Amino acid sequence: MKGGKILTTKMHLLVCTGSACLSAKAKGIAETLREELHKNNLESQYRVIETGCIGSCELGPKIIVSPEEIMYHGLTPDDVKQIVQEHLINGQIVEKFLYEVPETGEKKATLNEISFFKNQIKIALRNCGFINPVQIEDYLATGGYQALTQVLHQMTPEQVIETVKRSGLRGRGGGGFPTGIKWELTRKSELKNKKMDTKYVICNADEGDPGAFMDRSILEGDPHSVLEAMAIAGFAIGSRQGYVYVRAEYGLAVERLDAAIKIAKRYGALGNNIFDSDFSFDIEIRIGAGAFVCGEETALMNSVMGHRGHPRPKPPFPAQKGLWNKPTLINNVETLANIPIIILKGGDWYRQYGTEKSPGTKVFALTGDINNTGLIEVPMGTTLRTIVFDLGGGIPDEREFKAAQIGGPSGGVLTREHLDIPLDYDSLLEIGAMVGSGGLVIMDETSCMVDIAKFYLDFTQDESCGKCTPCRVGTKRMLEILMRIVDGEGQEEDLEELESLSVLIKDTSLCGLGLSAPNPVLSTMKYFRDEYEAHILDRYCPAGVCNIKPKYRIDPETCTGCGLCAKVCPENVIKGEKRKPHQIDSEACKKCGLCYEKCPVGAITRGESRKHLSIGGVR
Amino acid sequence: MRVEEQNKSTKKTHPVKYKDNDLQQTVIVKDDEKYEKLDLVLDEYEDVEGSLVTVLHQAQKIFGHLSRDVQIYVAERLGVPFAEVYGVVSFYSLFTVQPRGEYTIEVCMGTACYVKGSGKILEKLKSQLGIEPGETTEDGKYTLETTRCLGACSLAPIIKIGDDVHGNITAEQISEILTKY
Ligand SMILES: Cc1cc2nc3c(=O)[nH]c(=O)nc-3n(C[C@H](O)[C@H](O)[C@H](O)COP(=O)(O)O)c2cc1C
Ligand code: FES
Repeated sequence: MKGGKILTTKMHLLVCTGSACLSAKAKGIAETLREELHKNNLESQYRVIETGCIGSCELGPKIIVSPEEIMYHGLTPDDVKQIVQEHLINGQIVEKFLYEVPETGEKKATLNEISFFKNQIKIALRNCGFINPVQIEDYLATGGYQALTQVLHQMTPEQVIETVKRSGLRGRGGGGFPTGIKWELTRKSELKNKKMDTKYVICNADEGDPGAFMDRSILEGDPHSVLEAMAIAGFAIGSRQGYVYVRAEYGLAVERLDAAIKIAKRYGALGNNIFDSDFSFDIEIRIGAGAFVCGEETALMNSVMGHRGHPRPKPPFPAQKGLWNKPTLINNVETLANIPIIILKGGDWYRQYGTEKSPGTKVFALTGDINNTGLIEVPMGTTLRTIVFDLGGGIPDEREFKAAQIGGPSGGVLTREHLDIPLDYDSLLEIGAMVGSGGLVIMDETSCMVDIAKFYLDFTQDESCGKCTPCRVGTKRMLEILMRIVDGEGQEEDLEELESLSVLIKDTSLCGLGLSAPNPVLSTMKYFRDEYEAHILDRYCPAGVCNIKPKYRIDPETCTGCGLCAKVCPENVIKGEKRKPHQIDSEACKKCGLCYEKCPVGAITRGESRKHLSIGGVR
Repeated sequence: MRVEEQNKSTKKTHPVKYKDNDLQQTVIVKDDEKYEKLDLVLDEYEDVEGSLVTVLHQAQKIFGHLSRDVQIYVAERLGVPFAEVYGVVSFYSLFTVQPRGEYTIEVCMGTACYVKGSGKILEKLKSQLGIEPGETTEDGKYTLETTRCLGACSLAPIIKIGDDVHGNITAEQISEILTKY
């Protein structure tokens, strides 16, 4: 794994204080560690660094002893005392708190031995987990603000844009638009009044996709890299003012970003005449207020201006008419975090990772039914199998992998048959999914795909801003149908109806929210059609999630006509002559299941009849 | 409601009066202290372009919720129509016009939490507190809310009570967690 290292004589004790670890009481760990160092007169040898997220969030509060990168995890304050005593004083590694490989029980001491870490290439996350996010000295020690210095003193805006184009970096906010070309377009847009007006740079940190936390971790763990990138972008396109639009739920990110901006200004990396050049650039934070559609760029700009976050049709694109009708460059947090290192190391260096059409790396938030949840950064084109089974450590409780949801409410599902396709922009589009922002929710066989589709539609329906009819009304109709299906009241025509509504909404919606809203439904219908049919035709939820009563039937071939079922039926709805196949009146049946239990020859089925047709959703 | 009680106790004898153009009447504003704080915010942002959302965030922090009076006051000071302020308040789900309980319990309904069973946790909270999301218990102690992803998905399922995040919880633990508040 590649990560930033800080050059000082002291040894470093890294304590992760990302959001997840903070809620697992990591602050107390850092405090105890400092107290213990003090008590044992070790302060001159060790520096405690409270870092941003290192990625392996479910391992709870952890201490990483640098430079060897030995990780202790799941710690309480008492454990810290033991580590100080045994490791720092006696030089013995404390086995007890080391990472244990789930299958074999083998202990692993250093990050490089743990498959979750060793399979990663950290570029956007290069500093996350290794430096104190706010202190500028830490950022400088890893080469921070060198790119900006180089840009301001040795490069022309055209050269900067050329380098970004050369890298092939594509927008990480979901669209995948080539970043260099966007910069070039915004540079070429003319301002009417060059003296008075300015273009704008916006960093999109709205991260509305539920199940994604890449941008949050970057802002919490390495805010200076985003600020540096925004200043570089400002220089490249000719802008004096930047905004970071952060969602309100991300309190810690806002706090650290705010602190970083203040420090950067004091250091001269932001503000007037940056690093003694004639370039000036300022950054303000704008906080969202809980509307998913505000992640969409035109809606976001309305929100920055203090209005309702309604999207508007494009063109004109933000590069032509953005904030206050001025040319505006809008990039995602992760896109920006890649910029400083691309400038320093060059576009070709970046291209060596990833695939031809999707160069570089991508950060994914790995969550759901998987052993190692957390943040990972892998080269574009890595397969789902590598992510789920090597980095993710497989599915817990000896269950089976069923599907992965990628791209959030705009994306789709990947099934077992997709385990070996490369995850990059184009391959995913081909199979009706998308890279999206990078949320990757893994599901085992206990998840119902119809229920998941309903979940996403419920989300988009709720977040639809209501401006255009197809999205506002169309998603509502779709949701009603899905609700009916999961309640066991679906009708045979429902699937067709869902399909035709999807096409309509995709063809006629105003913004990306509506255009992509049907995707989760279309994708689950494509790969798990049998599950929809089981719900509708058999009134049966194969995963056992939906609360529907199954439909009982008697198989005439197997039924011997013994009459036992008719005898136990409390509702008297089973009829038939002795030794002839019996029938159930499904309308009147109260679905108590007594007949199913009593039948001596297993002639009574309840919906699962078609289950054998499909294994894991693939027919 | 706690918020209201506080209002009473801090009520001073000099109500702020101003003329509301939309309503063509004079509105009397009680509760000086909070309005003084709001005034400081407004002084700072009055001339900053596009600051309405920021001001409303601050106002909600001060008052706990955005009552009609507060919205009118903000509209007046920023020189924008009340309709626009109300439009913004009603658009964003984080703005609330109802007074809140002492603690807001937020149940994350993001994907990761949903897959890990946050639905059951919400059911449990609803039955235990006897309220639906968006409502406040009669004693004014808890407000129940559902929220979108809180960005701590690796600890799913998650609830947030006030500023505390509780991760990896089960419906059975709810009662015990609530005793701490
Ligand atoms: C409904 C919707 C929600 C979006 N949400 C986000 C978001 O949360 N974060 C983000 O960076 N981009 C989001 N986008 C994409 C932005 O519109 C825009 O393409 C992106 O910020 C551009 O930056 P990039 O080129 O660096 O990816 C969203 C788009 C749509 C249609
Ligand atoms: S889904 Fe609940 S914190 Fe992300």
